[in-house]
Amino acid sequence: MSLILNHINKRHIPGPVVADDITFTVNPGELAALIGPSGCGKTTLLRMIAGFDTPDTGSITIGKYTVSSQDIHIPPERRRTGMVFQDYALFPHLTVMENICFGPVKKDVTHLEKLIRVTGLKGFEKKYPHELSGGQQQRVALARAIAPKPELLLMDEPFSNLDIALRESLSEEVRYILTEFGITGLLVTHNQHEAFAMADKIGVMAAGKLLQWDTAQNLYYHPQSPEVAGFVGEGSFLPGEVSSKGEVTTLIGTFSSDSGTTVPEAFGRGFGRVSVFIRPEDVYVDPDSVCRATLLKSHFRGPGRLHTFELTSGHQVICTDNSPASLTPGKDYGISVCNRRVSLFYHPDERNRDRKVA
Amino acid sequence: MTQLLKTKGGVLTAALIALITLTPVLFILVSGIKAEPEIWGHLKQYVLPGLLRNTVVLVTGVIATTAVLGVSLAWLTSFHEFAGRRMFERLLLFPLAIPAYVMAFIYTGLLDFAGPVRTAVRLHLPSLAGMIPEIRSAWGVIMVISLAVFPYVFLMASSGFRSMGRSVVEASLSLGQGRLSTLFRVTIPMARPWIFGGLILVFMETLADFGAVSVFNYDTFTTGVYKAWYGFFSINAASQLASILVVIVLVIFLAEAYMKRKQKFFNRGSHQPSERQPLKGVPGILASGYCSFVFILAFGIPVIQLFVWTLEAFHLEISAHYGRLLFNTFTLGFLGMATTMAVAVGLAYACRAAKDWKAGLAAKLSMTGYALPGTVLAVGMIGVVGLADGAMVSLARWAGLNLSAGVIKGSLLLLPLCYMIRFLTAGYNPVHGNMTRMTTAMDEAASLMQVTGMKLLSSVHLPLIRRGIATGCILVLVEIIKEMPVTLMLRPFGWDTLAVKIFELTSEGEWERAALPALTLVLAGMIPIIILTFMGRQRN
Repeated sequence: MSLILNHINKRHIPGPVVADDITFTVNPGELAALIGPSGCGKTTLLRMIAGFDTPDTGSITIGKYTVSSQDIHIPPERRRTGMVFQDYALFPHLTVMENICFGPVKKDVTHLEKLIRVTGLKGFEKKYPHELSGGQQQRVALARAIAPKPELLLMDEPFSNLDIALRESLSEEVRYILTEFGITGLLVTHNQHEAFAMADKIGVMAAGKLLQWDTAQNLYYHPQSPEVAGFVGEGSFLPGEVSSKGEVTTLIGTFSSDSGTTVPEAFGRGFGRVSVFIRPEDVYVDPDSVCRATLLKSHFRGPGRLHTFELTSGHQVICTDNSPASLTPGKDYGISVCNRRVSLFYHPDERNRDRKVA
Repeated sequence: MTQLLKTKGGVLTAALIALITLTPVLFILVSGIKAEPEIWGHLKQYVLPGLLRNTVVLVTGVIATTAVLGVSLAWLTSFHEFAGRRMFERLLLFPLAIPAYVMAFIYTGLLDFAGPVRTAVRLHLPSLAGMIPEIRSAWGVIMVISLAVFPYVFLMASSGFRSMGRSVVEASLSLGQGRLSTLFRVTIPMARPWIFGGLILVFMETLADFGAVSVFNYDTFTTGVYKAWYGFFSINAASQLASILVVIVLVIFLAEAYMKRKQKFFNRGSHQPSERQPLKGVPGILASGYCSFVFILAFGIPVIQLFVWTLEAFHLEISAHYGRLLFNTFTLGFLGMATTMAVAVGLAYACRAAKDWKAGLAAKLSMTGYALPGTVLAVGMIGVVGLADGAMVSLARWAGLNLSAGVIKGSLLLLPLCYMIRFLTAGYNPVHGNMTRMTTAMDEAASLMQVTGMKLLSSVHLPLIRRGIATGCILVLVEIIKEMPVTLMLRPFGWDTLAVKIFELTSEGEWERAALPALTLVLAGMIPIIILTFMGRQRN
């Protein structure tokens, strides 16, 4: 079943705007994720899809049915969505099996057996939630949510209460289970690694706005805005200039912008002052470079190191370096950029000037 | 020896306190086991069946009534929003200030054949006169006791409802369950440990009640024990009846401990509280009306009636023995409070020092007293004191002295000790609660800064547990002042208290004259309730 959100707006009264014209589509069988800092509105969005909150305007469609619009509000218990809560919300007075069969579960023994087997809960059916570990409780919450065969599964920070090792193995399992049962999923998390590992599509949210809705790869290499670039992964912003010939001049050097350079759609003019975003793996130590920078600090990262350089202009550039040679903080080194995947954005001053003109 | 005290001091102290508090129970159990067949036969044939039937009817009735009242009120005020909701959350605790025996004589006085209500009905609406049920009946006792104790269920159910957070309710909705189905499949079952906890308190109070059933001449186990002792002067018969009650009480006590353990499993982590559903229009009026109705019945009418009677009999009572009664009541109260709090603080420190399951078990055993009906405790103490006095007399004779009577019996020593056994829980819990915040790491940190001994006590410990001790003092004092059966049975000659006076006056039907002492007790009882609701507001 597909999930379609159409121009959703929501404002807490009194309080901030938590959903600002949000539109996206999750295709049948896909698993999507919403990421963003806490308080950005992603959980409220999830609760509106589940029916616990109502949008001010806009519509939500699950499969063939519009569940929420200006004059429709289907109550949560009739939306056929499953939900995994952050605190799991298991019923403490019921056993694992009773929890799983709480919803309108058909007495389909093979389905239940498969569910128990796939979620790894065999042998725990008669236990009570407080007798289980955190990871097991998580599995019960998942099994309970998908036992009634929902069309859509919503997950609110499902792994945030688990330790890192368990989180990784469980997120892979969840991905597998959803595929196995053919369920469309939407996950809310503040952990981008989780989203990258699991999701087909990822939405980046900030202050109630959906900044970008894309695949993980596109978010990383083709961010549509400086906010997305800054939130997803690491990188450095540098001022630059695009010439009429399409050459990008930065403090680290000049390179042509025709191959591989991301020019956001919003960036229409093609030349002028820009802000250049460079991933650390695209910066390398280059003894031949004319651009000299002081090494501020160098962190050991297991595979390679993360250097932080300071240019003479005062701008900082981070750089991952996999060579075994060690550099000395405080000394000057030459650095260069490979031009493959830099992103260009309006220079903040330019954007402001355009606004004034408009 | 000092080494032993240092390492085992905590456990030994806790064990000693447990032993003292358990002595009367043990005495009663032993006398129950070696029952004298003649007395037992008589009891079994003539006394027990009636007492058993009455007690079962009373307890069942009160539990059913308080369950309905307490849970419905808690559900309304915890999950809904209506006019006066915040106020009712506090007002509905006020009835706890009225002792059941005061509630009993007020309603008996009001609804009696000669009382103002029935007189008025006979005068103006003679056709309805036959339809008013007799207050001196099982349903009358059940109603009166229920009105006095339902706040226990209300309080416990409220905290159960509030501890569950919104996500479980939402989980149930997301699994396709409607509102009503969620209420009965999730909300109420999840609050069950709290609701049962409240009902167990109600069970204990009802089983232990002596004053209210006496007003109604409704014989239960507690009055049976009293009559066996007072009427037949048979301590044996009394303790055999009491032993049955003790067994029941022990079962309840274990049930309560089990419920407390369950509450921990049911209340996990922090939750976002559920949003209140606004009740507007007719449902809102019904909700406010229902809460007001219960409050007026359980607090408004009784207090107004007390004021009216007090005014009628004020001159008579204030001049009579009121001053003397107050003096007696508060002297005994403060003696009991001092004893109880000394033991409570000692026990809390003992547990802190020992920190093992043995001391914890000893502390739990020391708490059994609050489940013990007053008449049972009194009978147990009379037995124990009799043994101790006998031993002392023979010891004195051996030493060449000739004691004519017992040393402890009839002395002022006995009552404070009994109060301590009965109310140690009320004093211990707040002190212990504060003490858990006082970690051993604090002691260690202080000792690194050269703060030890008395300085540690005065500058670290006392400020941290002061509040707990103060709370304990107030709770214990008020409980002792309201206490009736133990004081009635064990008071030294001439030491009538307010509660005892109320018992004597109401057994003669002198409602007006009993009003002034009763009003005094109600006012004293309001103190902890106001503190309780005030602290609740701070937490919010």
